[in-house]
Amino acid sequence: MLRILFLIIALVTPARAEIVVAGLSQNQIAISTNFDGSEILIFGAVKREMQIDRESDLGVIVTVSGPPQRLTVRRKEKWAAIWINRDSLDVRSAPSFYAVSTTAPLRELLSDDADQTFLVSVPRAIHAGMASEGVNDKDSFTDALIRIRERGQLYQLNEGAVTLIGDTLFNTSIALPANLVAGNYSVRFLLTRNGSVVSQYETVMFVNKVGLERFLYTMAHEQPVWYGLMSLAIAIAAGWGASAIFRYIRT
Amino acid sequence: MQIYLPIAEVSVNAFLLLGLGGIVGVLSGMFGVGGGFLMTPLLFFIGIPPAVAVATEANQIVASSFSGVLAHFKRKTVDVRMGVVLLIGGLFGAALGVQVFNMLRAIGQVDLLVKLCYVVFLGVIGALMFVESLNAIRNTRKGKPPARKRHNWIHNLPFKMKFRTSGLYISVIPPMIVGVLVGILAAIMGVGGGFIMVPAMIYLLGMPTKVVVGTSLFQIIFVTAFTTMLHATTNFTVDIVLAVLLLIGGVIGAQIGARIGVNLKAEQLRILLAIMVLAVCGKLAFDLLVTPAELYSIGTEGSH
Repeated sequence: MLRILFLIIALVTPARAEIVVAGLSQNQIAISTNFDGSEILIFGAVKREMQIDRESDLGVIVTVSGPPQRLTVRRKEKWAAIWINRDSLDVRSAPSFYAVSTTAPLRELLSDDADQTFLVSVPRAIHAGMASEGVNDKDSFTDALIRIRERGQLYQLNEGAVTLIGDTLFNTSIALPANLVAGNYSVRFLLTRNGSVVSQYETVMFVNKVGLERFLYTMAHEQPVWYGLMSLAIAIAAGWGASAIFRYIRT
Repeated sequence: MQIYLPIAEVSVNAFLLLGLGGIVGVLSGMFGVGGGFLMTPLLFFIGIPPAVAVATEANQIVASSFSGVLAHFKRKTVDVRMGVVLLIGGLFGAALGVQVFNMLRAIGQVDLLVKLCYVVFLGVIGALMFVESLNAIRNTRKGKPPARKRHNWIHNLPFKMKFRTSGLYISVIPPMIVGVLVGILAAIMGVGGGFIMVPAMIYLLGMPTKVVVGTSLFQIIFVTAFTTMLHATTNFTVDIVLAVLLLIGGVIGAQIGARIGVNLKAEQLRILLAIMVLAVCGKLAFDLLVTPAELYSIGTEGSH
């Protein structure tokens, strides 16, 4: 309802000539026992009531941002011949997953000022949640966080991954890794011209543990005593069962 | 077949876990050890978070020890009295160990502690066992009977108690101390401590070899069960899906291993075990000494 209302309001506002409308192939992702990563298809269109502006290039940016986490980034140092964790930086909030997909190199689509306002590029989006206190060379810790997560496909910059057809229709797909954190993922669509954002649209995708995964996770956190006892009961039963079965086979 | 582990929050191959459980099971069946000292580092290598690996391994050891102790009860090779004394010490040790574990986890040094414990203990035990079994092989070649020390300073301590099954009349202090030490290790390293308990019982307490394994298994069940409960209630790090997969492979492997073990001589078995222990120790020590490829690491402790 709200979305439609927003669209209607946006449509009647004369100042905005081009508006982005979009959807996801699925807005629910279930983490079940056999979850092995997933891929979401994202598609949308540019709505306009005027001639296509040929003066400047149209750009589409799609960002997917996972639930924020509190993190500690630690750095190893050599201490008496062995490598141990010494300095650390607390990160109050960093997205557990962050992907940016664009139609062209990000620098061409978005000016530095616009990036600062909309927090689009990976470093900008991550830096926004960093704590200011702590160690001196904060940047090297942030860079490390981004580097490690980019290697694990948790932070992605996919330049040119969005296909734009006839300056109107666009689509892309984003790969979600297997070690996905459950929670609400916000999906943002930005329409750019001349390095600035002309239209923005945001929607939410829900990632949930389901079935056994959900049951065990909830139980482990909400009834830890019973969960512990259940683990022990299973262990004892398996131990007893194994010895009984093999005794039966031998005789 | 990939399986998503609910607590570890990583997706791993189920057959890999079954296979690991199986291989470690074969080794543990052959050598009469729990195999925790091998399994926990292997879990680190495949990317299970250390805190989850340690807690889950404690749970798995409950199963394998329980399976083993049943067989020993049948053969009447469990000294329950000695087991209870060791256990009292063990529970204190486990409680202490989990406290230390949580403290270090908060300041980000838990990986270091766990790895250092492994390097030190595996190194010492492996080296001792290697030398001892080499000597034993040399002695049997020369035809000398294995030497055995009967009385040492341990027999002069107070609070003496009769342990009928072991045929011992000694103070309760040394078994109590052994229990505490093994309890601490069980909590920190995610191991039953059999690889330390067994030599300690033979060489320090002078217990006859035939009751050592059964008694060690008997007390390990309780200490690791206690450790599992502590980890489950304070850290929420016991992954039951992971435990079950390892367990299935483990119990099958253990039975196969026990058959292979029968065809090998005791000294040969011990020297093979020593080599394996030293190899794991070497790999872990290498990782601590060599400049890591990535100096930074990310911890998510604050997210709970």
